[in-house]
Amino acid sequence: MAATLFDKLWRLHEVADFDGKEKLVHIDRVFLHERTGSIALRGLEQAGRAPRSPERAFCSMDHIVDTRPGRSDETLVPHGREFIEATRQSARSAGITLFDVNDPRQGIVHVVAAELGIVLPGMSVVCPDSHTCTLGALGALAWGIGSTEAEHALATNTLRVRRPRSMRVLFRGEPAAAVTAKDMILHLIARFGSRAGRGHAVEFAGPAIDALTMDQRFTICNMAVEMGAFTGLIAPDERTIAYVAGRQYAPAGELAEMALAHWRQLHGDEGAAFDRQLTVDSEEIAPMVTWGVNPEQAVAIDGEVPAPESFRDSQRSRAARDALAYMGLAAGEAMRSIRVDAAFIGSCTNNRLDDLRAAARHLRGKTVAPWVRALCVPGSTAIKRAAEAEGLDEIFREAGFEWREAGCSLCFHAGGESFGGQRVISSTNRNFRGRQGPGARTHLGSPLTVAASACRGYLSAAAPVQ
Amino acid sequence: MSAPGQGSGEVFHRGIAAPLPLPNIDTDTIIPSREIRRVSKEGLGEALFAGWRYRSAQTREPATDFVLNLPGYRSATILLGGDNFGCGSSREHAVWALKDFGFKVIAAPSFGGIFFNNCALNGILAIELEADSIERLADWTGLSPVDNQLEIDLQAQFIGWRGTERIPFAIEPARRSLLLEGLDGIAATLRRQAKIDAFEEADRQRRPWVYRCDSQTPSS
Ligand code: SF4
Repeated sequence: MAATLFDKLWRLHEVADFDGKEKLVHIDRVFLHERTGSIALRGLEQAGRAPRSPERAFCSMDHIVDTRPGRSDETLVPHGREFIEATRQSARSAGITLFDVNDPRQGIVHVVAAELGIVLPGMSVVCPDSHTCTLGALGALAWGIGSTEAEHALATNTLRVRRPRSMRVLFRGEPAAAVTAKDMILHLIARFGSRAGRGHAVEFAGPAIDALTMDQRFTICNMAVEMGAFTGLIAPDERTIAYVAGRQYAPAGELAEMALAHWRQLHGDEGAAFDRQLTVDSEEIAPMVTWGVNPEQAVAIDGEVPAPESFRDSQRSRAARDALAYMGLAAGEAMRSIRVDAAFIGSCTNNRLDDLRAAARHLRGKTVAPWVRALCVPGSTAIKRAAEAEGLDEIFREAGFEWREAGCSLCFHAGGESFGGQRVISSTNRNFRGRQGPGARTHLGSPLTVAASACRGYLSAAAPVQ
Repeated sequence: MSAPGQGSGEVFHRGIAAPLPLPNIDTDTIIPSREIRRVSKEGLGEALFAGWRYRSAQTREPATDFVLNLPGYRSATILLGGDNFGCGSSREHAVWALKDFGFKVIAAPSFGGIFFNNCALNGILAIELEADSIERLADWTGLSPVDNQLEIDLQAQFIGWRGTERIPFAIEPARRSLLLEGLDGIAATLRRQAKIDAFEEADRQRRPWVYRCDSQTPSS
């Protein structure tokens, strides 16, 4: 029978069957970070257990670690140091590789896992972090879990998983030049809702996906979880293979040959059936920005704040009313008339080299509005260095952006640095209440939208840059 | 108070139900990240819904209009949530906080996937129910939260009241036995050690590079 990419990946990892629904699935890689990984490692230790294959588990310092220049273990997050030290100590005694605070390989887990070639097409990977689905862009089976499941994965190299259903999201046609991957995924979630992918492994496909660079594909898969999906996937193609080849942990020599042959098989068969299919006409996508407190509460940046009554579903319209109260917005306001206090380019969604280049192209020769505080936080130390080698850091600095060390930074507020009480245009993935600080009002958009909004001081889309 | 819970072996629970009928209540809302101050799973109940429950995070002055601060609801053990409850971050702290506060059962039209798994692993019963059913439960219990407590039977698989009203719910057998018996998942899986070994043996032939994960090039 014709199989989907997901069917094939699932089959590759199935160890045992429980009751037909739950399977024991092999886990090829476990990734941890100091926020939740520390707890998983400690839990394991306290139970007197150890990772079964520590050489296949990795940990990075990203969530709590400071991103201000000249950093050390000190961080503004209260008790942050405790997390950092606990992680370091547990990683050492568990024998797993740690990308420590000032290691050149350090960065956001989902960024470095790909960048170092630790996660490769066809692999299964879990991390106690919901945006693990980012790595689905490599054609890997990648999903977020809780700390208890992370302990299980470490101790047994497996997880008990209920098989998700399959879904394909087809991006037909070609989007306009000003439209980025972030706009594509925000459009999708706004249109179909933040539950649209629930219980599904979602394969993104179509010409508009094929045309994306790897960095852009990571942005798409990163936000699969924001539509409730178990994970997102993009079938590996020659671009994927070129991306992976030669990375630090990628196979070399004969093994690379073998892997290559395997990777080329990783695509759905002609005529394979999905449990559900959604179709998007890419021509209809415009640069997007959120107005509410969930990624589905988004509109085209040329649009206006919707009226809560315009939602037919009563829960949704109540949620819209609450969201507008929190966001301090009124129905009918033009999105472009909304003034911002801060601008943030960063996070595992949008802080790879492509993103920094796009923003820098827009910022060259411009400055941010005098009332705007702007930050750029690269996704990994390697990206930061690559950007500096191209002189991008200079462009950001001259425009008035702070140029940071790699990490999650202000993507989320953990009690340290904060956008508390401010209105932020942000290239991140979550605009939840308080996500970036108490009372912070987050508007999600692409790095290009962040750059343009930072300069004008109001939500703005950038004109396409050649 | 009897409760379906991890390893409790008890199947029946009766308790006060608090309504929180908003869709997309995310784990950041259930427990804000700034409230996670220790590398620990304990004592998080106080931080539950901190952003809504307290007027100020520092002084902990209660926000008097938040449901869990209303008289009658302070000892709620059942939460009636909206669509996509527990979406967002994977932080298991959300479940640890709910549990520490005293919640045993959460009923909602749908749940965030990771949150749903985390519930069962920590002895909280997450029940998926139609929005209409949740509304009926909330309407009845809302008339008098302390008197009109809800009843949940994990064996007979219903939620209702006064032994007369019974709304059936579905739960996978594996999840139910996890809740009833509170199995150590790792120990249970390790009983299949031989199968895992055999899988890895064969897989190593098929995909040797997966098992070779040393760095090929020295890091700079
Ligand atoms: S960048 Fe933000 S979304 Fe990504 S892993 Fe870090 S905190 Fe999570």
